[in-house]
Amino acid sequence: MGLESYIKDNGFLTTQLNAIIAWARKSSVWPMPMGISCCAIEMMAVGDPKYDIARFGSEVMRFTPRQCDLMIVAGTVTYKMAPVVRKIYDQMPEPKWVIAMGACTSSGGMYRSYSVVQGIDQFLPVDIYLAGCPPRPDNLLHALMKIQDKIGKTKASQFKNLPSDTKDLKLPELNIIQKN
Amino acid sequence: MDLKELIPQKLKVKLSSVNFEITDYKGELTIKIDKKHIVEISKFLKSDPELEFKLCSDVTAVDWATRKNRFTVVYNIFSLKHSFRLRLKVDVDESDCSIDTVSTIWQAANWHERETFDMYGIKFNNHPDLRRMYMPEEFEYYPLRKDFPLMGIPGSLPLPKK
Repeated sequence: MGLESYIKDNGFLTTQLNAIIAWARKSSVWPMPMGISCCAIEMMAVGDPKYDIARFGSEVMRFTPRQCDLMIVAGTVTYKMAPVVRKIYDQMPEPKWVIAMGACTSSGGMYRSYSVVQGIDQFLPVDIYLAGCPPRPDNLLHALMKIQDKIGKTKASQFKNLPSDTKDLKLPELNIIQKN
Repeated sequence: MDLKELIPQKLKVKLSSVNFEITDYKGELTIKIDKKHIVEISKFLKSDPELEFKLCSDVTAVDWATRKNRFTVVYNIFSLKHSFRLRLKVDVDESDCSIDTVSTIWQAANWHERETFDMYGIKFNNHPDLRRMYMPEEFEYYPLRKDFPLMGIPGSLPLPKK
């Protein structure tokens, strides 16, 4: 059985390596559910059969950052919580994306106060800002689709990888928490 | 006998050295005392067999900003025996911003006093563990004081680097 007869029997398609890697990546984005407050309830609703995030290949909510591509920061981030969020983000392997879910996370929201960080983009790179208080589950699905578009447009060679000399990689200081 | 009459009567007899001011507003009894008597009166209210205020539901404070005695420390205590609430109020001035702890009498007051210290900067003398409750240890301000800006002091709370 030669190659020609094999192709004839089974069919084939041609593509680019970049395209197929991007397609594989965007079709199985594994989220890190950073559920800090009430937005997390809507995030849970996304996993239920009605909205069903599994349709987008993202049903595997990993509770360890080391297996995640996408961090969904769902809830009010206080100054005390910020180093924790950052530490979890730093533990995620590259390439990684961030959704700032809801008004609080994007801009402090209604908490115009000394204790709440007025937008997580002060200490995290954010890909999608998601409006709503809390955003509806279909809104979060829309954000996920936008992230998928972004991943789909990125070539494999453009993905940022970990720096080769990892000793320069510094974790944020956690002196506040450790002292307590 | 009604507790509203019993409490002032007992205080007059048993603690004759303590000056107090008692008010009854909408059925809520409030006793205003001097801060040097707080431990004495708390001990009495808890241990007296006819009163038994065994539960300390809350300790907090009020900042009056411009008043002479700037702060008022408020204790909400509860008698499980009579299902009766009582409020103790003690004035504290900013120049001597401290008061004796009641956590030796009510264990529950321990964290309430820490919270009051964190938010108002009132020191509780002889407290076993007077650390901040919510704010970081290094934080230098007291957020619930009237002169603290709502949006905080820029740069006073550290953020991780981007």
